[in-house]
Amino acid sequence: MLRVLRWSVLVAGAGVWAGVLVGAQAMDTIYTYVRLSPTQYQHVIHDIFGRDIVVPANAVEPGVRDRGLLALGGRKLALSGAELERYNLVAWQIAAQVVDPARRATLIGCTPAAADAPDEACAAGFLGRVGPLLLRRPLTDDELRRYVDTARAATEALDDFYAGLEAALGRMLVAADFLFRTESSTPDPAAPERLRLDAYSRAARLSFLLWDSSPDAELLAAAGSRALMTEAGLREQVDRLLASPRLERGVRAFFSDMYEFDKFETLLIDSETFPEFIPSVEADAREQTLRTIADHLLNRNGDYRDLLVTRDTFLTPALAALYAVPLARSQELGGAVPWTPYRFPDGTPYMGVLSHVSFLSLHGHPGASSPTLRGKALREKFLCQTIPPPPADVDFSAIEDSSTHRTVRERLDAHRTNRACASCHRMMDPIGLAFEGFDAASRHRTTENGAPIDTSGELNGQTFTTASELAVILRNEPAVTSCVVDRAFSYGTQRMPTKEERGWLTALATDLRGSGVTWRALMRRLALEPDFHTIPAADVRAER
Amino acid sequence: MHLKIRKVDRRTVLRGVLQGTAVTVALPLLDVFLDDKGTAYASTGAPLAPCFGTWHWMLGLAPGFWEPTAVGAAYELPPHLAPLQPIKSKINIYSGMHVFLDGKVNQNHYSGAQAQMTGMVSKNGSDYTTSIDAIVGDHIGGRRRFRSLEVSCSGDRRSTWSSRGENGMNPSEISPLALYTRIFGPDFVDPNSATFTPDPKVMVRRSVLSAVADERRVLMDRVSAADRARLDQYFESVRDIEQKFAAELERPAPLPSCTVPALDEEESLGTHVEQVRATHRKFATLLAYAMACGQTQVINLSICGGGGGSNSLSSPGERKVHHSLTHEEPLDPALGYQPKCKEYAEISMGFLTEFVQTLDGIREGEGTLLDRTGLFVFTDHGDARVHSMQRYPIFTAGSAGGRMKTGLHVKAEGDSATRVGFTLQRAFGVPNSSWGTESNETSKPFSEVLTGLAG
Repeated sequence: MLRVLRWSVLVAGAGVWAGVLVGAQAMDTIYTYVRLSPTQYQHVIHDIFGRDIVVPANAVEPGVRDRGLLALGGRKLALSGAELERYNLVAWQIAAQVVDPARRATLIGCTPAAADAPDEACAAGFLGRVGPLLLRRPLTDDELRRYVDTARAATEALDDFYAGLEAALGRMLVAADFLFRTESSTPDPAAPERLRLDAYSRAARLSFLLWDSSPDAELLAAAGSRALMTEAGLREQVDRLLASPRLERGVRAFFSDMYEFDKFETLLIDSETFPEFIPSVEADAREQTLRTIADHLLNRNGDYRDLLVTRDTFLTPALAALYAVPLARSQELGGAVPWTPYRFPDGTPYMGVLSHVSFLSLHGHPGASSPTLRGKALREKFLCQTIPPPPADVDFSAIEDSSTHRTVRERLDAHRTNRACASCHRMMDPIGLAFEGFDAASRHRTTENGAPIDTSGELNGQTFTTASELAVILRNEPAVTSCVVDRAFSYGTQRMPTKEERGWLTALATDLRGSGVTWRALMRRLALEPDFHTIPAADVRAER
Repeated sequence: MHLKIRKVDRRTVLRGVLQGTAVTVALPLLDVFLDDKGTAYASTGAPLAPCFGTWHWMLGLAPGFWEPTAVGAAYELPPHLAPLQPIKSKINIYSGMHVFLDGKVNQNHYSGAQAQMTGMVSKNGSDYTTSIDAIVGDHIGGRRRFRSLEVSCSGDRRSTWSSRGENGMNPSEISPLALYTRIFGPDFVDPNSATFTPDPKVMVRRSVLSAVADERRVLMDRVSAADRARLDQYFESVRDIEQKFAAELERPAPLPSCTVPALDEEESLGTHVEQVRATHRKFATLLAYAMACGQTQVINLSICGGGGGSNSLSSPGERKVHHSLTHEEPLDPALGYQPKCKEYAEISMGFLTEFVQTLDGIREGEGTLLDRTGLFVFTDHGDARVHSMQRYPIFTAGSAGGRMKTGLHVKAEGDSATRVGFTLQRAFGVPNSSWGTESNETSKPFSEVLTGLAG
């Protein structure tokens, strides 16, 4: 490990560091913690031990959303007793599968001299191999010794070598350094306001951004040789990661977070009012959009902005029934496959991801559409604008009464006459009303309570008459690019950009608008940017 | 959301439990009995441990229609509280109190309940700190398998108000079957069993957790100041689980009121009233017996919509759920309230009655489980129709082991709603002189509901 100057030397005369010194003692290296997300946890286990290892559903909590992203909340999350109880249970379930007789030959890599006695060489071989992959850094000799000791003690207690390995692996899987992504950093001699990640933390930040998983052996090796800390070495690894099929997992994880797809877990559409919205539609809807995004951004190398206007997607029979379109079932090896590539015909109302169930139904009520929630989601998810919640003690029940206002537009027009509501509803409702041609279940419609639906409106001075026309306007809205760039940076670093970083993020967005907002270009620019591999010193001070 | 689960029986769940070293310990006959009153162990004289719980429902009650006119014991239940009549003598009603935002943005359906559970209102909807159940639990908690148990009745794991430390939310269990397995599954040790067989695998798991806990000093020394509290919370949680295993390795004291409840054949999770009713009923039974069997002293139940959850009660075929109705149903000009919202509120009050009766139905000598329990009952808004932070309906149930009087209506016009939580802390002997922040800080318990036994 690189020897750095003593912290006390670097901070001489720099009062700004006082908070760091208090919290971390006068040490060279600062450690911060970010909790693994549910998909990261699953991908790590599958990458190391194989996809046939069952990771129980809901093994890990999604956490809290902070300023638009669960990833930002991950830097705030603690781990409660109830959560750790579950983590511990899952850890032992995974460990038991790894040492299962059917997998031993493949995963353990050695055979003990006796199955009912300790074999420290075999245990050390296994734990020394999986430890760095799980903890994302080499184990110290002392750490490995402790894990081997755990294996030995458990073997002796249970007269079973593999039960001993199971215990040591279980211990590793509840270690803080596994459940939290530990980022170690040192002061940047050239810029005292920031800390630079060490090589292993840099590797982890790259792999979790691009693959939604921990570094593989090659990336860890690049960190170990410090090649990753050189411009050429970093570029080589970034290009390798971008060329991997695992990139799709990174895309899916990012957009699941940015578009708040965790809300699917509690999505409720009333199945008596909307019989087409069968239970499988929830999972299908999420997958439809993620599949469309992955295909568009990775297979077609498409522009992110074109996701708003593309008519290309994938459907299942259940989704096709909801969208009321004919779907020729794909056949493969004599059987039907659930997903079929589909292109909504020109002139039909379905165009772009804003016409997907994952937008229209996710932001609404179980039995009724909500232009306000749709408008709010559009502003927040696609333009990165913030809409404050309504103030307390404002009475709007009278203007919500559907007996006096037949359409939602009439009710919302009344809403905007209320001064307390107007400032925010003026931002949400006009663009949300563009989607009133789709009901709560995302079915197309032209009337509401017998009255014709008016989907016209204007955004930033540009008028539209349909949701498709609004999508075209949005596609060319500069904020759409700025938003995805900012979100990608915050997602990858799991922190907000500094004022200085906002400067180059703005420049990056400008560049991409000209050259095309492609995923690989965006990821490459972020991953190669030195600021991406830093932590602001102010962030590691105690805030409370 | 629909979930069907096949029938399970206790024999299936317990299959395999009696493996490993067979260490059989006969119980001394004397220990099997409690004292004459059933409130203390005959062998030691130690009283049965007090229990604390929270019970949350969403969207409040119709303002002006639930507050009793008289204060003290001689009050009549208003018609909107009619479902509470069977438990009137077991509860207290608190009226007139507010949550103060102090200029912060009102995070609807969040800030008000947050203040009542933690004493503070945060700037946004993601900063949440230690809740009252953790405060009281830390004070009363002996060695129990579960430091606390959290459940949500509407299928949303994020529907919880329980937290230890900064953003250390305890997610809710949503499946009664999962909770049953967690409490009464293979690792459950029946306190009334004649034999006791510690599981060597549990011993190993405990020692593993001890090894993890031993890493505390090294990691705490190096962590950044900003993350110190979070890492500390992690090690607190490690200690919780280590303690759970330790409890499973000890022969428990006998508890005659403890029986393992039966489990229904299947479950259907969701927000429809009948789904929630069935789920709530099962959770009430499981939580009650978890306490009666000495598995925990702290429980938290949310009907729906708590913390990160957003769902409210609904009815099949109805286009508008309870939440939508609070904003969109007109006030009936003749009645003065929203009729459909009243129906939903009555349903919630009916659930509360059933919950309290479940605790009260477990006899412990001359008393009941409810007698040694203090239950805090709260909601998110004073008037959900307008997201009001004023005039919150708040209840307590049980006498907290003789520390609280019941059957009272307490009115505190304009005071902070945190007074009720502070009163409960006092009842359980939490040694703090005040609770809450800014305008929600209080140092005034309701002395009229505390007995001489309160701390």
